[in-house]
Amino acid sequence: MGRPVDLATAAAKLARFASRLTENIGEIATSPELQARVDRLAGQVGPHGVDPFGFDPDYLKKYLGFAVWIYRHYFRCEVRGVEQIPDGRCLLVANHSGQLPFDAAMITLAAFLEREPPRFFRSMIERFVPNTPFVSVFMARCGQILGTPENCLRLLRAEEGLLVFPEGVRGLNKTWKDRYRLQEFGQGFMRLAIETETPVVPVAVVGAEEQAPALLNLPSVGGLFGMPAFPVTPTNPLVPVVGLLPYPVKYRIYFGAPLRFGGDANDEDEVILGKVQEVRATIQRMLDDGVAAREHVFW
Amino acid sequence: MRILLTGIAGRLGRRAAHRLRRHHQVIGIDPRPCPALPTDVIHHRVDIRRRPAEDVFRQGEIDAVVHLGVVHNFRIPAERLYARNVIGTETLLKYVSKYGIKKLVLLSSGDAYGPMPTNSHFIDEDAPLMGSQHFPEIRTLVAVDRTVQSFFWRHPDIETVILRPVHIVGPNVRNAPSKYFRLRVIPTILGFDPMVQLIHEDDLLRLVEAALQPGVRGVFNLSSTEPVPLSRILKILAKPTLPVPHPLFRLFLEKAWKYRLTSFPAPELDHIRYNTVLDTTRAREVLKADPERTLYEILEPFRSEDADYVS
Repeated sequence: MGRPVDLATAAAKLARFASRLTENIGEIATSPELQARVDRLAGQVGPHGVDPFGFDPDYLKKYLGFAVWIYRHYFRCEVRGVEQIPDGRCLLVANHSGQLPFDAAMITLAAFLEREPPRFFRSMIERFVPNTPFVSVFMARCGQILGTPENCLRLLRAEEGLLVFPEGVRGLNKTWKDRYRLQEFGQGFMRLAIETETPVVPVAVVGAEEQAPALLNLPSVGGLFGMPAFPVTPTNPLVPVVGLLPYPVKYRIYFGAPLRFGGDANDEDEVILGKVQEVRATIQRMLDDGVAAREHVFW
Repeated sequence: MRILLTGIAGRLGRRAAHRLRRHHQVIGIDPRPCPALPTDVIHHRVDIRRRPAEDVFRQGEIDAVVHLGVVHNFRIPAERLYARNVIGTETLLKYVSKYGIKKLVLLSSGDAYGPMPTNSHFIDEDAPLMGSQHFPEIRTLVAVDRTVQSFFWRHPDIETVILRPVHIVGPNVRNAPSKYFRLRVIPTILGFDPMVQLIHEDDLLRLVEAALQPGVRGVFNLSSTEPVPLSRILKILAKPTLPVPHPLFRLFLEKAWKYRLTSFPAPELDHIRYNTVLDTTRAREVLKADPERTLYEILEPFRSEDADYVS
C-alpha cells in the first residue's frame, strides 16, 4: 500500500534535486567571475573564435559550469601550491588514478580557477580519440591534443602549458592494492622538458584513488568494448555504467616547486631515467605526505 | 623569363598562363585543346611523353618549367594515370636536366600527407607522405612528389621547388573541395568537425610566381587561411547541412562512385573527418606569402544566395 506513495515522493525529491542541481550549475556557468576568467584566455584565439589547435573558449563556457560544479561541490577540491606554477612554458607532471580520468579535469580546473592569472593547461588525448565521433570534437574544442612529441614541442615552444601523466593507463587503471604507489614513468616528458628548457611542476592528487577502487582489472573484457581496461569495483559491473561513476571523495591537489633539468635531450636512457626518477620520487613523497595528512577519504 | 607551363589547358593552367604572361613569356604544353589563349602565349598540343615534346625544349631556350600538368582525375584507369603522371614527370625531369633549365616548380598537393587520426596537429614539409595509405588512387600524385624530391637532391645546380597547397578553392576550379562547397545541401560526418585550411586559386598562382624568383628552392606548404573548424566554414556558407554517420556515408559513396553517381571517391571523406593542418611558416618566411584574402572573401562565391552578408 505504502509503496506507490514512497515512489512518488522519491521521484519528486529526485526531480527537486535535479532542478536545484541544474539551477546551481547554471548559476556557476553564468557567474560573471567565471565568464571573465574564460575571457582572459581569449587572447590566444584568432578571428574565428578558435586557436590553430581548435581550442574554443566560447565552447568551453558551455561545459565549464558542470565541470566547476563537480570541482567545487562533488569532489570539493582542496588545492595547495597553485602559485608555484610559473608563467610561460610549463609541464605539470601528475600521478594518474581513479579508472576514469577526472583527475586531469580537476588539475586543469585548479590551475584555471585558483591561479592568478588563470592558466589553461592542455592534456594529451589517447590515440583512439580522434577516431571517436563527438568525443574528438569535444576534446579539440576544450584545447586537448593528441600526445605526439611534435605537438608537445610546438606547444611548449609557444610558451603553453601541458599536463602529462607519465604513468599513462598503467596508473589510471591500477587496482586497490597499488593505491598511491606510482607505476613506472615514461621518459618522453623528460626529453621534452630538457630539449625546450621547460620547468617541471610535480603534482600529487590525493583522493582520486578512492573514487573507483578496483578490486581487479579484466583488460580482456575491456577489449570487447574497445577500452584498455575493465575495472571491477564494489559497484561495477553490479550496477552497469552508473557503477563506474566516481564516489564523492574529497580531492586534494598539491602543486610542488618547479624542477628544472639541463643536459642533453638525446642522452642515454640511463641518464634520462635518473632525472625521471627524481620527479617520480618527488611526487611519491608529496603523495605520501598528502595521504598521511588527510583524516578522512570523503571529507 | 621564358616559362614552359605543363597542363596549360586545365582551368588552373589557363589562369596561370594569363597571370604569368604579364611579366614573362609563356609557352604551354598540353595534349588537350586550349582555346581563347592570349596571342603571345604559344601552345604546343603535344603529350610530354611524345618525341615532339623534346623539340619544344630544344628550340625554346627555356628558363623555367612550371609543372601543373599532374592529373587528379581518379576515373582514369590506374595504369594510364601512372603513365601520364609518373612517366610524364620523369620525362619532363630528363629534359630539364638535359637542356640546362635552371628552375623547376612542381604543383604537388597537401593531400600527399594524408588526413589521418594519428597525424601530429601541424604537418611541416619534412613529414612523411602517407596520403596513399588509405587513398590508393592518389599514389601517382605521391610518386610524382617523391620523384621531384629525389631530382632536387640529385641536381643541386637546378632550383627545384615543390609546392604543397591545402585545398584549392575558387570560382574557376572544379576540384573536390570546390565541388563540395558548391553543393546545395552540404553533408558532414556526424560527430566530426576537423580543422580545415583553404587556399584561393589566385593566391596559389601568386605563390607559383613567387617560387620563380631566383634563389627560391625546396618544399613549401601553402595556405591562404589559418585553420578553422569545418563547421565555421559551413556557417559562413549559410547552407543547410546534413550530418551522416561515417559508416553509412562511406558505404553510400562507395556504391555511388561505382555506379558513377558521384565525383567524390570515398576516401576523400577523411578530409572532412580528420585534421590535416599544414604548417606554412616556411612559405611565409621565404615566399613572403602573407594571406591576401580572408576566409569570407574566399568563400563568397560559394555562399548561399539568400545569405546575409557577414563580415
